[in-house]
Amino acid sequence: MPVTSADPRTMGARHAPKRRMRLAWSDPLFRSLVWQVVILGIVSAIGWYLVSNTNKNLAARHIATGFGFLDRVAGIPIGESLISYEPASDTYGRALWIGVLNTLKVAGIGIVLATILGTLIGIGRLSSNWLMAQLTGFYVEVIRDIPLLLQLLFWYTALQGLPAPKLSWRIGDAVFLSNRGIKVPYVVWENAHTWALVAFLIGVVGTFLWNRRARAKQEATGVRPAVWPAALGLLLALPLAVWAVLGAPTDVELPVLRGFNFQGGGTVSPEYFALLLGLVLYTAGYIAEIVRSGIQAVALGQWEAAGALGLRRGAILRHIVLPQALRVVIPPMTSQYLNLTKNSSLAVAIGYQDVVSIANTTLNQTGQAVEGIAVIMAVFLTISLSISLFMNWYNARIALVGR
Amino acid sequence: MSASIINESAINQSTGSREQPPPGLVGPLAWLRTNLFGSWVSTAVTLALLYIIVRVLFSFVEWAFVNAIWHVPYSATGIAQTAVCQDAKGTGACWAVIADKYRLILFGRFPYDEQWRPAIVVVLFVALFALSTIKAVWRKGIDSPIVRYIAMSGAGLILLDNAAGLLDTIVEVGFGVHLPLPFGLLLLLNTIGKCALVFGLLLLWPAIGVWIGTLAFIGILMFGGILGLTAVPVDYWGGLPITLILATFGLAFAFPLAVLVALGRRSTQLPAVKMLCVVYVELIRGVPLISVLFMASVMFPLFMPPGINVDKLLRAQIAVILFAAAYLAEVVRGGLQALPKGQSEAADAMGLSYWQKTGFIILPQALRLVIPPLVNTFIGFFKDTSLVLIIGLFDLLTMGKVALSDPPWQSFSTEVYIALAVIYIVFCYGMSRYSRGLERELNSARGR
Repeated sequence: MPVTSADPRTMGARHAPKRRMRLAWSDPLFRSLVWQVVILGIVSAIGWYLVSNTNKNLAARHIATGFGFLDRVAGIPIGESLISYEPASDTYGRALWIGVLNTLKVAGIGIVLATILGTLIGIGRLSSNWLMAQLTGFYVEVIRDIPLLLQLLFWYTALQGLPAPKLSWRIGDAVFLSNRGIKVPYVVWENAHTWALVAFLIGVVGTFLWNRRARAKQEATGVRPAVWPAALGLLLALPLAVWAVLGAPTDVELPVLRGFNFQGGGTVSPEYFALLLGLVLYTAGYIAEIVRSGIQAVALGQWEAAGALGLRRGAILRHIVLPQALRVVIPPMTSQYLNLTKNSSLAVAIGYQDVVSIANTTLNQTGQAVEGIAVIMAVFLTISLSISLFMNWYNARIALVGR
Repeated sequence: MSASIINESAINQSTGSREQPPPGLVGPLAWLRTNLFGSWVSTAVTLALLYIIVRVLFSFVEWAFVNAIWHVPYSATGIAQTAVCQDAKGTGACWAVIADKYRLILFGRFPYDEQWRPAIVVVLFVALFALSTIKAVWRKGIDSPIVRYIAMSGAGLILLDNAAGLLDTIVEVGFGVHLPLPFGLLLLLNTIGKCALVFGLLLLWPAIGVWIGTLAFIGILMFGGILGLTAVPVDYWGGLPITLILATFGLAFAFPLAVLVALGRRSTQLPAVKMLCVVYVELIRGVPLISVLFMASVMFPLFMPPGINVDKLLRAQIAVILFAAAYLAEVVRGGLQALPKGQSEAADAMGLSYWQKTGFIILPQALRLVIPPLVNTFIGFFKDTSLVLIIGLFDLLTMGKVALSDPPWQSFSTEVYIALAVIYIVFCYGMSRYSRGLERELNSARGR
């Protein structure tokens, strides 16, 4: 007789024997079935009622349902976009896509900056310097007690109150700060830059592989080969070498004042800058609290035990404390990233053309209220789900492996 | 001999002639040395921060108080002459804008002579919050059959009047005639019923009674139309009362819904209901509040049968309730998950029904655990009500912008925004202090 079939663990969980449902109120199975049918029935009746009303109303207003309007010419002027756009010829679909890209632009950069600033402030709150701890604590308290929308309006008006281009604040002849936004030098993009970027990405992969090899070697022999020379070479020297071999182009376009405004150079618009500033400062207040509680959640004994094993302070932080703090930090951090992304929709209040703002203009122009809001919701649901999935994957990777 | 020496030193320690720490480890100087000048880095940080703080503080005090302008003259036609303020711009604050506009910002376009009503409403809200922080209020009141009878019959009287009204409407729509019912008497019974219900609830659960009573009174003050108060249509409401109404009514209605959704999401017996709750919560939490508010302002009118108009404030209120309920449901679910399974199993073993188990065993413990995060969520929604600005409702922030649209004051937005921020900070800081106090209490109670 084979042993495996006798082992109860290999047979899977044993199911309770299937019981036939009695058609009586005293049977819990029957009751739960009735309740579910009743509740689903009520919900679908309400849903049907709303949908039929909507159809009637739309018919009365002569609005065709469906997403056909996406192919019509939009005619919405858009101030800043990552891809080319012509109001006279491009469609609503393309305008909305620009909105999505603008949302991603502010959310992506906002998440990175807020994480950096929030971590610094969170560490500052734990500083042994009393003044530092108090000041960062004050910042966290105040910034979290003021509505984000009020902060955005404040920053936006403050930026609009900056001097006109002619009197702009400047750093040398390169960076200008005026009520038209920030003007920065713009590197003229050439093939060499693209290839350098490709080399950098190859370097990232190479460093990752090298690091894995080093760890495998350490586990096999106990000696860890140095990683940083290879990393430095792959991440810095390789892209630089590629760039140099391809002629090392260094053309930079400087913003120049012509008449009432600047020509050339890259622009950070006041709307974008106000939104980014507001989002970063606000979210950093929350991230700081998460980082602080994460570090505090690691027991002091962990530090002491690692010290007793002879690890240096940096090694303790890197190998003992931070991995454990990260475990506490990741879930609330995920929801802050989601909040930041969702809060970027407040752009509509200060005229930055994110997806909400463009969808709002679209639905005002076309009357396609249902579709417009469906677009907004679909975009944010997709972004939210992507961030959640990525963070859940990362969380599972670093999670404590239980028995 | 040696034993007596040991005893002696023990006595010395216990009678208080304990050795003092060496000088230099206690006192303000030592505190400064450890906390501000502990190392070279710390000293440098302290000096740099001190420099920045002093400079910022000095220039702020100079701007906000020393050089500030508190009043401006008015022309014969009542238009503010802001030339003084324009001259001081950049060096001194112009608080005259607040002096001129504070009634508009706080109470909106509510009729000027009646603005004592929203003022009382604000005071009532604050009193309601303050009262809710007292623990004794949340204790169970007098639970006797008579009290229950009073509350039930009150509810019955209200239902009677509403049912008669509904029947009358149906008959009128169908046959075009009114029913010969004593409507005056029914209205009187309705009023008596409302009093009885509030009175009964006040005795049964004082806290819930106080909440319902206060919110009803707030409604009377705002709407008017009875007790000799002038009726004020919702279009004229504005300012702080709107912010407080949206947040408080939003929470009061979202909370019961949230509890039901959280229970539904945890249910094992009703998979269809569970799925419904999951979809609702995740859908709402995945989209920004703005999109839900847009839905309320643009799509809601399409949902209603033709000819029925729902007021804009009510639509926004429904959106806030639906939005808040999804977030609160997750908070409540956290509390439900934190309870050990033994509680539920023990209740099952005692033969309690689902609702008995939930009402008497699970919820009282789970909700106690989540009061601090509930308060934090409430702070979030208090701030988020400012988003109704985008759909054109006149809350506190919108009124600030309206005040700024007056030509003489257009360039003094900083002053108005600071004043608004102070109001928000006062409310939010108060609530967050309360939540932190609760949390500490809860932790110390659990950490026995």
